[in-house]
Amino acid sequence: MSAGTPPQVQSLTCPNCGAPLTVRSMGRAVAIVCGHCHSILDAKDPQLKILQRFEDAIDEVPLIPLGSRGKWRGSDYEAIGFQVRSMESDGLTYSWREYLLFSPYKGFRYLTEYDGHWNDCSVATALPEAEGASARYLGKKYRHFQTCLAKTTFVLGEFPWQVAVNDDAIAVTDYIAPPYVLSSETAGNETTWTLGEYVNGADIWKAFGLPGLAPTPIGVYENQPSAVKTSAGRIWFAFAGLATALVVIFTLNQLFSQQEQVFREAYSFSPSSTEASFVTPEFELKARTSSVEVQTDADVSNQWIYLDYALIDEDTGQAYDFGREVSYYSGVDSDGTWTEGGHQDQVVLPSIPPGRYYLRIEPESDARLGSIGYTVTVTRDVPVLGVYLLAFAALLLPALLISWRTYSFEQMRWAQSDHPVVTLGGGE
Amino acid sequence: MSQPAALCPSCGAPIVFQWSSSVQTTCPHCKSILVRTDVNLEKVGVVSDLPPDSSPIQVGTSGVYENRAFTVAGRIIYDYDEGSWNEWHITLNQGGSAWLSDAQAQYAVTLAFPAAPLPALATVHLGDRFTWNKTAFEATVITEARYRGVEGELPFQYWDKQGATFIDLRSTGGDFATLDYSDTEPVLYLGKFVDFDALRLKNLRAFEGWS
Repeated sequence: MSAGTPPQVQSLTCPNCGAPLTVRSMGRAVAIVCGHCHSILDAKDPQLKILQRFEDAIDEVPLIPLGSRGKWRGSDYEAIGFQVRSMESDGLTYSWREYLLFSPYKGFRYLTEYDGHWNDCSVATALPEAEGASARYLGKKYRHFQTCLAKTTFVLGEFPWQVAVNDDAIAVTDYIAPPYVLSSETAGNETTWTLGEYVNGADIWKAFGLPGLAPTPIGVYENQPSAVKTSAGRIWFAFAGLATALVVIFTLNQLFSQQEQVFREAYSFSPSSTEASFVTPEFELKARTSSVEVQTDADVSNQWIYLDYALIDEDTGQAYDFGREVSYYSGVDSDGTWTEGGHQDQVVLPSIPPGRYYLRIEPESDARLGSIGYTVTVTRDVPVLGVYLLAFAALLLPALLISWRTYSFEQMRWAQSDHPVVTLGGGE
Repeated sequence: MSQPAALCPSCGAPIVFQWSSSVQTTCPHCKSILVRTDVNLEKVGVVSDLPPDSSPIQVGTSGVYENRAFTVAGRIIYDYDEGSWNEWHITLNQGGSAWLSDAQAQYAVTLAFPAAPLPALATVHLGDRFTWNKTAFEATVITEARYRGVEGELPFQYWDKQGATFIDLRSTGGDFATLDYSDTEPVLYLGKFVDFDALRLKNLRAFEGWS
């Protein structure tokens, strides 16, 4: 190289078509592409030797025009190069675009765009280690996403490396740890690693003052951060903790509940009886406010009995009304014998203050059938399972929901990869 | 710390050595390459015009590397197939010197590291692993470089060299090493890739239109 290297900040002309060229990277360029005829020129040659010429180049328009400047990641950068690269998969061609950014102080980085998804990429200085189907970079694990053969199909602007259109395909391998992607490109025996971070198109539009709006991203991109903000792993961890606490509380409650039987009496109900309701003798609910279980055992067979109960506080007159039904049916049909219902019913009233109480009972049944014998048992301070089941469900539901949403999102992400089967919990 | 001025044997301009151990310098006035002998300065050549510069660093730029302040005293410019790069000779204010390389604005600082035996050039291949200073390195790039020019003070005579081969090595933790085969005996330099901002550089070149 002689002293005649293209000087910075000077307009040159394309040796192929004579159009003016602008050099933006201050002597760091290795290749310059004519914006008019798209010839690729050797930036190190004072004569700008033509490296590649095109008869009828398809014109791709960069979304970030070359020469655009913006404050990006805390420094001023200028868009100086643009290339379109593509890969083939299952007979389809997928193209993505790369925008080379330059700062005379910070050097080069580039933005990539595919279907409206953007990544901010820079060269990885430390050496990543491949570990089977994953890679480790600076202590972080990245999962293999896909390996493809990429070709450059269009270039514009200038580059600090040799560029060529429709060159030999380069093996590109992506490993992901959203929002990061670690990519290796192997050409010959040299491998270059770059680290990309998923960024919002809107941020780029704002930084570079681009007109209009950034294109809306389509689908889920390989290293796009999950739309589910809560990690499924973490919520299951929380679920496990709370569920364990629940079991412990339930067990203690079970152990310490007195389960004291305070009343038991057998009755017989005749549907023909004119007496609609009756009251039981008084019984005492001692100690503290606690749960009360009312159990009904009825001698029903192919019939039903409905009992309209009221637990009444003798002193205050406060009544707790509830209706219970006991029914039992059995028979024989083409599938054999069948039964439905049972002979017993339990109901728990969650918190009844201590005091003297009695029950008012109003039984009802099918008048055509005979009398029914039944026993009423009242037990105080029984463990209340229902509340715990409800609490358990309340804990389980969000965990299931988040897992499902995470699964769906990851399914969409990995569907584009070399490993379209999702295993949960690999992230984080 | 500046040394008493000597005069350029070629043009008579005063020559000030920033660093006492510098062996070579260039006359800022007439571009003569001067080598320090026991008694005086000897002109050994003339610097050809330097290529248009792209590095934001210049002789006189100061900064900090691993809590050690440094000043840029000189540089060697190399050409290779993909362009050129600068090896800035930095003098550490606590004594000693090191190199700050600017290759496509990717910066690394290295210091000569005494290690023996070093592998012969012909025996090293990309991917080969070595351990120096308890750090595992892998050879990642072999560069055939051509000596392009010099500026300012250097710790050795470097005016009559033609080409040199360098092997760059990296670690998984951001360490950087270079095996320099420009002399008969290879020299090892160990250091780290450094972030531009972390160097806290002052007295940088100004680029018109850039801040």
